[in-house]
Amino acid sequence: MADQARPRLQDLMGSSAQAAEGGAPPARKANRRKRLVPYGLAAPSVLWLLVFFLIPTLYMAFISLGSGFLGNIKFGTNFSNYVEVLKTYDKQFIRSVIYALIVTFLALCIAYPLAYWIALYGGRRKNVFILLILLPFFVSFVIRTVQWQFILADTGIIFGPLKNLGLLSKNFHVLSTPVAVIAGITYNFLPFTVLPLYVALERLDPRLLEAGRDLYANKVTTFLKVVWPLSLPGVFAAFLLTFVPAVGDFVNSQILGGPKTTMIGQIIQTLFQTNFDYPHGAALSFILMAFLLIGASLYAKVLGTEAVTSAAAR
Amino acid sequence: MSAVAVETAGTASADQAPIRRGKGRRWTSYILPTYTWVVIVYLAFPIAVMIVFGFNDVPGRVSARWYGFTTQWYTQLFDNTELTAAFKNSIGIAVISSAVSTLIGALLGLALGRYRFKGAPSTNYLVFLAIASPEIVLGTSLLTMFVNAYTFIPQGFPTILVSHIAFSISFVAVTVRARVQGLSSSYEEAAQDLGADPLNTFRLVTLPLIMPSVISGFLLAFALSVDDFVITSFVAGPTVTFPLYVAGAAKQGIPPQVNVMGTILFSVGVLAAISSAVAPAIASRRDAKRLSQDRELTASLTASVGSKG
Repeated sequence: MADQARPRLQDLMGSSAQAAEGGAPPARKANRRKRLVPYGLAAPSVLWLLVFFLIPTLYMAFISLGSGFLGNIKFGTNFSNYVEVLKTYDKQFIRSVIYALIVTFLALCIAYPLAYWIALYGGRRKNVFILLILLPFFVSFVIRTVQWQFILADTGIIFGPLKNLGLLSKNFHVLSTPVAVIAGITYNFLPFTVLPLYVALERLDPRLLEAGRDLYANKVTTFLKVVWPLSLPGVFAAFLLTFVPAVGDFVNSQILGGPKTTMIGQIIQTLFQTNFDYPHGAALSFILMAFLLIGASLYAKVLGTEAVTSAAAR
Repeated sequence: MSAVAVETAGTASADQAPIRRGKGRRWTSYILPTYTWVVIVYLAFPIAVMIVFGFNDVPGRVSARWYGFTTQWYTQLFDNTELTAAFKNSIGIAVISSAVSTLIGALLGLALGRYRFKGAPSTNYLVFLAIASPEIVLGTSLLTMFVNAYTFIPQGFPTILVSHIAFSISFVAVTVRARVQGLSSSYEEAAQDLGADPLNTFRLVTLPLIMPSVISGFLLAFALSVDDFVITSFVAGPTVTFPLYVAGAAKQGIPPQVNVMGTILFSVGVLAAISSAVAPAIASRRDAKRLSQDRELTASLTASVGSKG
C-alpha cells in the first residue's frame, strides 16, 4: 500500500538487473551488498530518532503509570494518574479543547476561500501567493506572539488612539481574555490549515470542474458536488494539523492570556517544571498524544498511510 | 490589484478552468482576490509592526509611543549582554544541529525515496510521528529522559543540541524524499552503464541532482532550530536561547534590539527562501522538470513553517 507511490522505474530496473545477473556468484554478491545500501543510509537517522524520540516517548508512557516526584519516581501500572489529572484539571482541559475547536473552525473558514482561490485561479503566480502567505512565519513563533501582545495592549497602537478619541471605554481590553488567546493561536497556526487545503485543491483535475459546469452550469452546485467532496481529505488533514497543536499550545495563553485562560499546556509545564510531578505531567502529555494518534489512525483508515505521511510532508 | 487578477485569468484560461475576463466580469469575481490580499495584509501586520518599531527612538523598553526615527538599535545591536548571549547560543545551536541533521536526514530521505526495503513503511511512519507529535509531548518526554536516564548528557547546550537534531531530521528527510521521488532513476542507470562505480555514481550524479532539496532541508533545519521555543523551554537547563529570552522578557516589555534581531533573522530567512526557491526553478527550465520542482517547493515551504514555527 505504502509502496504504490514509489517510482515504477525502480521495479523495471530491479527486474532487469536480476535478469542480467543470470546467477553469476560475483553479481549476486554485489546484489546482496546493494540490498544493504538503504539500511546503511537510513541507520544514523533511525538510530537518532529511536534514541531521542521513540524511546523517550515510550519511557514517558512508562513514567505516566508510576507515582512520586522527580528523584523518587516509583514505577507502577496504575492508570489512576490519567483519571486523576482529568478530574483535577477538567476545567483547563475542557477549555483547551473548546479553544482549539474554535481556533480550528475559524482557521478553516479563513483558509478555505484563500486556498481555493490560489489553487484554482492563482495561475502562474500560485507559488508567489503561497510564499506571501508563509513569509510572516519566517519570524519566530514567540516574536510573532509578543508582537500581538504589543499590538493588542490596553494602550497600544490600536486601542490607545481609539481610547484617546473616546471611541472605546477606558477599561476596554482584549489582552488576558479568551478572545486574545484564540486570535493568537488562530494567527499562529494558520499555515497548518492553509497548506493541506491548498495541496488538496491544487490536485483537483480542472476537467472535473469543466464537466461539473457542463452538467450543472451553476458555480455553487459545482462547488458543492465536485470541489468540496474532493477537498475533504485536505479539510481533515487541516483539521488534524491545526487542532492537535492548538490543544497543546501554551505560548499564546501564557503571553496573551490571563489567569482565566489557563490551558492544559501551561498545566503540563507547571507539573514538570515547578511541581516536578513527572507521572501526572506525563499522563496529561499522553492524553494530548492520544488526540494525534486517534486522529492519524482514523485518517489512515479512510485514506491510507501514505496519505497521512504525505499530508504531513506537504 | 485588478491587473493581477486579469493577468492571472489570462494565464489560467490557457490550461485550466477558464474564467471570465475583461468587460464581462461581474463584481463577484473580485471578492476572492480581494479577500486573499486582505488575509495577506493581516498575516504580515505584526511583522510590519516589528520592523517599524525597531526604528523607534524609545528611552527603554519597546513602547507604543513613537519617539522619532533612529537607527541606534542597529548600531547598539549587541549592547544588551543577556540578549546577545542568548542570540549567540541560538545561532551556535542552529549551525551545528542543522549541519548534523542535514547530513544524516538527507541520507534517510534518499533511502526512503529511492529504495524499497523491509522496514521502509515503519520508518516512514516514524518520520511522520516525529513531525506530527505535539511539541509539548516531544519536550516533556525528552526532559523526562534527560533527567532520569540520559544523565550523562549535561543539561544545557548539549541537551538542546541533541533535541534540535532529533526534530530536524524528519523535516530534512521528507524534503529530500520528495525530491528523490520526483526524479527518474535513469540518470543513475546511465552512469552505471557507462561504468561508474556506486560511489562515483552518488558523487557525480545523485548528489548534484538532490542538492537543491538538501539545501532547502538545511535552511529549514536552521530556521526550525533558531525559532524553537516549546521543546527548548523543557530541555534548556540553565541555558537561554533567543526565543526563551524573548518569552521571558515579554512580561516587562522587550528591549528594542529584539525587534532588530527579529528583523535581521526575517530578512535572512526571506532571502534564503527566495534564493533556494528561485535557483532550482531557473536550473529546472533546462530539464523541464517544472512540476516536480513546484511540488518540492511547496513541500519545503510547508515544512519550513513546520510545527516548530
